Amino acid sequence: MTFRDWLVGTVVSTTMQTPTAKSIVLDVPGWKGSAAGQHVDVRLTAEDGYQAVRAYSLASTGPGDRVELAVDLIEDGEVSPYLVGELREGDQLEFRGPLGRWFVWKPGDTQPVQLVAGGSGVVPLLAMARAHAASGSEAKFRLLYSVRTPAEVFYADELASLAGPNFEVTFVYTRQTPPGWPHPAGRVSREILGSATIPAAENPAVFVCGPTGFVESVADWLVELGHNALAVKTERFGGN
Amino acid sequence: MTHLDGNALAGPLSEVFRDDMTTALGRCASCGDVSVLAEALVYDAAPGWAVRCHACGDVLMTFVRTLDRLRIDMRGLTALEIPS
Repeated sequence: MTFRDWLVGTVVSTTMQTPTAKSIVLDVPGWKGSAAGQHVDVRLTAEDGYQAVRAYSLASTGPGDRVELAVDLIEDGEVSPYLVGELREGDQLEFRGPLGRWFVWKPGDTQPVQLVAGGSGVVPLLAMARAHAASGSEAKFRLLYSVRTPAEVFYADELASLAGPNFEVTFVYTRQTPPGWPHPAGRVSREILGSATIPAAENPAVFVCGPTGFVESVADWLVELGHNALAVKTERFGGN
Repeated sequence: MTHLDGNALAGPLSEVFRDDMTTALGRCASCGDVSVLAEALVYDAAPGWAVRCHACGDVLMTFVRTLDRLRIDMRGLTALEIPS
């Protein structure tokens, strides 16, 4: 088995992460695991032979036969409406991977790590946080998570349980905050990045994932704040 | 749909190259920028993609997939360096 072959996984469970997003756990006999931050290409084939392929980040990391992805619904999409609305336990799903060796965090890396997520862009960053916790790494980790509303936080309980001295999580709510939240709803700005992320002086590795516009704004601001552009890794998933 | 980036090329390029290509360095024929392919900008141009330099925006490569072939035009890349 190589990463270029198409594989078939069987859905073991699905969980609604938000009102429009679902995490999917697949059983894939012979799967050799993945590094934190990698993705898979999912392929759907229609009855007439038409095929659509989309990339989805893996929430799972490390060895084992289980593969976990999390998919946010794109209303007019070709693949996500099926994955979020139709796919259920026992169904089979065709995919290839694990893919990509650039947007990856390895447990042996000791420098501080700043994660910046926009919406469902948190999925590969959650994989990094899981790998960080599972490996017992003492590298300082910090996540800045921009999300529209509290109900749209992916893996909310898990993020809360992973947070600790070595993993600080900061939320920025862009549409609606929880009751009593100290800041009004609003987008991530250069000022927020400057105050809620690991400073450039500490030379963190930075991983930014989210909608294209979000990622490009954040990456530009980080460079303006003194980060080396080569230390800021980005993954864009399109969007409006 | 706006553009993606070169991370999305990992799967399609695995059909052609043995190694992961998101970490490969490509040199832009237009501006000379040398960057990992992961940083390139990827535009959906169904049934294929146009891959553009993140520095100058010129086309590095295009892919077109038809029922019986995959065509890759690499006119905008003067070098590819693949970590081993």
